[in-house]
Amino acid sequence: MAHCSECEAEITVQGLMIGEIIYCPDCNAELEVLGLEPPTVALAPQLEEDWGE
Amino acid sequence: MRLAMITSRIRVEEKLLIDALRRRAIAFDIIDDEELLLDLSRPDERWCKYDAVLCRSLSQSRGLAALRVLEHWGIRVYNSAAVATTCNDKLLTTLSLVRSGIPTPRTLVAFDPQVTIRGIEMLGYPVILKPITGSWGRLLARINDHDAAEAVLEHKETLGSYQHHIHYVQEHIAKPQRDIRAFVVGERTICAIYRTSAHWVTNTARGAVASNCPVTPELDSLCVRAAQAVGGGILAIDILEDPERGLLVNEINATMEFRNSIAPTGVDIPNAMLDYVLSSIQEAVVW
Repeated sequence: MAHCSECEAEITVQGLMIGEIIYCPDCNAELEVLGLEPPTVALAPQLEEDWGE
Repeated sequence: MRLAMITSRIRVEEKLLIDALRRRAIAFDIIDDEELLLDLSRPDERWCKYDAVLCRSLSQSRGLAALRVLEHWGIRVYNSAAVATTCNDKLLTTLSLVRSGIPTPRTLVAFDPQVTIRGIEMLGYPVILKPITGSWGRLLARINDHDAAEAVLEHKETLGSYQHHIHYVQEHIAKPQRDIRAFVVGERTICAIYRTSAHWVTNTARGAVASNCPVTPELDSLCVRAAQAVGGGILAIDILEDPERGLLVNEINATMEFRNSIAPTGVDIPNAMLDYVLSSIQEAVVW
């Protein structure tokens, strides 16, 4: 089980391929599957310039 | 009592705020900024049911636009549009700090690349070039020599949008391998962390490690004054430790992230934020 880097929700990558974009079921963040063994996801690289604090 | 929270995504911070609201049994709605459709001359009745709206948009421009409209409609918002306007803009933040006599790194603004280089060499290398807007330590450049200054300025002029043609140049502060992030809620600095990194950019978004920073009377006083300089509210103050001049206020954040700061400080930041919002609402009712 991987964890969303935004909200720490559990993410399953079963049946997916490395490089696929998925949506976190809790926070809807766009995630890129980076690995299957172990399951690894990271935020998809789509940062907007005005994002931040 | 009913609150609304405008969000782009439900990050750890938003989850913690939601948990805090639920524990207090406060009614609330989560409103995704993507869904907003604001008819400026016809305030949507649904907003009137909220005693306050907390803006947690990931997008500074969306958040600010929403704050401006809601405030115009007379809705109580956190932080205010004026505060967000100032904090989202490093030039306005610096001007506010200077106006209030808050110690801050010396900063120049120029528009022409050659004039900017003249300013940089007046300050002396290295200097820090920053975009006026932006966050998480993105697009910061430490300029160590003339060649780097020419190259970065040419890139900004050629590749950047018009905002990147306003050159904001800050003197380099020989800080230890850390800076301070202090959290001000209302008139109190509730906690602070050191952000330590081997890299000169010490944002936790860039991998800096958080540890507790004691809130001394000096730090508290400086942070509260800095918060008041930009209008006050719920703010995260970034501070540099200058070996000679002491504490210098660098930047102020109006939509603060705090996920890495609760464990090292032991302070329940989301509950402190809610305490402030609720007490402000109650004060307004009494008046």
